Amino acid sequence: MIKNLLKTVFLVAVASLSIGAHAQLVVEIKTGNENPTPIAISPFSWSGSGVLPEDVAGIVSADLRRSGLFAPVPQEDMLSFPKSAEEVNFRDWRVLGTEYVVTGRIEPQATGYLLTFDLVNIFGQHKMFTKQVSGGSRQLRDIAHRAADEIFQAITGIRGAFATEMIYVQEEKRGGRPSYALMRSDIDGARPKQIRRFSQPVMSPSWSPNGQEVAYVSFETGRPAIFRENLKTGARQQLTNFKGLNSSPTWSPDGTKMAMVLSKDGNPEIYVLDLRSGKFTRLTRHFAIDTEPNWMPDGKSLVFTSDRGGKPQIYQLTLATGQVDRLTFDGDYNARPRVSPDGKTLVMVHRSRGVFTIATMDIKTGRMRVLTETRLDESPSIAPNGAMLMYATKQGGKGILAAVSLDAGVKYNLPSQRGSVREPAWSPYFD
Amino acid sequence: MLKSVKAGLGLACVLAVLGGCSSTDTDDSAQTQQMTQTQEPVVDTTTTEQAVPLDNVVYFDFDQSLLKPSTRELLIQHADRMRGTSAHVRLEGHADELGTREYNLALGERRANAVRDFLVLQGVDPANLEVISYGEERPAVEGSSEAARAKNRRVVIN
Repeated sequence: MIKNLLKTVFLVAVASLSIGAHAQLVVEIKTGNENPTPIAISPFSWSGSGVLPEDVAGIVSADLRRSGLFAPVPQEDMLSFPKSAEEVNFRDWRVLGTEYVVTGRIEPQATGYLLTFDLVNIFGQHKMFTKQVSGGSRQLRDIAHRAADEIFQAITGIRGAFATEMIYVQEEKRGGRPSYALMRSDIDGARPKQIRRFSQPVMSPSWSPNGQEVAYVSFETGRPAIFRENLKTGARQQLTNFKGLNSSPTWSPDGTKMAMVLSKDGNPEIYVLDLRSGKFTRLTRHFAIDTEPNWMPDGKSLVFTSDRGGKPQIYQLTLATGQVDRLTFDGDYNARPRVSPDGKTLVMVHRSRGVFTIATMDIKTGRMRVLTETRLDESPSIAPNGAMLMYATKQGGKGILAAVSLDAGVKYNLPSQRGSVREPAWSPYFD
Repeated sequence: MLKSVKAGLGLACVLAVLGGCSSTDTDDSAQTQQMTQTQEPVVDTTTTEQAVPLDNVVYFDFDQSLLKPSTRELLIQHADRMRGTSAHVRLEGHADELGTREYNLALGERRANAVRDFLVLQGVDPANLEVISYGEERPAVEGSSEAARAKNRRVVIN
């Protein structure tokens, strides 16, 4: 009886969700791990009035499924809907093969919601924790993502990255002309918001390490120029206006500098701009194309793309000495490097047999591994926990975003329901 | 000088929009071509001896910025017209969708530089030439066919 009532409530919640979700990116899971852990997120109780605008347990469940490490039990397979650890019947869940059960209670607060949730280990027959997450009246999704982070970390030992966001470029036709927007959304594609709209191309979005600003390249002045923009206030500043290329901005790990590419000397060179003093320092001196700089996590060296050897390959530049070392030797096109948070793995765009894919390389051993098997994969961006990366590819002539785990075991697509999307930039942690 | 070019571009844009209105089903690539075609006579009005507008796009091979021998004749004709005028000319470099976006931005610039260097060798004043790269951000033709990509590896002389 109670169970049926609850099912009705959740159906209503799901229906109202889908109405507001018309323009967002929708997750399509392609492959998951071979043995994902069975977990049940029992529908959460709600002690306030009316119906909650979001299915919080459903969002937690979708987050865990997307990681590829978990197989959430569908609600219709659950024999009971426990609301607390004490209500969990171990035998019922063991029959289903469920290893973990999450129960939760949502209460109204003066300005929002409080979620109290428990993680129960079924085979160990014990409660692992009870935790609380609170948020404002429009933060139910944030509450859900933070709960998923806690559950993910308690079971896997890896910090969750569900409460993160991404910035990407969206292109669509408006009145027959291309229109470009810098967009920001939750990492699952929900709650897309326009940061700014452009009539000329915009590219290369890069988060500041504190998650409060974005740097990008805009052609609005008639030539490429680098801007930084505060995501909260919308205040922005044009950082460069040199003749030639002004491209590929990336913030240093401590947020005080920005690496970029300028061709004012005649051909593309890597520069670092000190954001406090406004001073530019030239780092490369070569007639080849040097571009796509990215910082190592310790801030002591940069990796970048150069065709100084004839074809685009990835090089490392040590800031203290100016020494340049070639890192990639496998294949005739390796470009746009990004480094994992532990500094051990390089991800890049790699061409093999004429196809552009995303590959990783162990920096120490030089061993390369191709992660994707589509054709026009580009712009890899790694999650702050180093478990997954987001990239851009094409499907049916349209740009879409996709994700893959760094061990290649998990893949999902995030197709856009409006226009073409590209250049995803995964945010840092916000706390 | 810059001002007059801007006025010229503005007029070209108006013409392009008018052209676009008369045939509402034109796609983007058609519009882009219309724009470049309407633009040229406007820019060329600063000189007197012009007759037939020249083709203003030169094409390149994949990941290449070397001028194809077949495009030299056209560039020599452009140089002949540019010499002795002070008209400001934009050389817009572009790349196809293959490869990374920022590398392609650099590649587009390298192609436009190759055109600039050739024109300067033919006696054109480098002060009148401005190089702008759009990389793969503004394709002339949408699509992933080799025919579409070949149309996108280009420098547009504006």
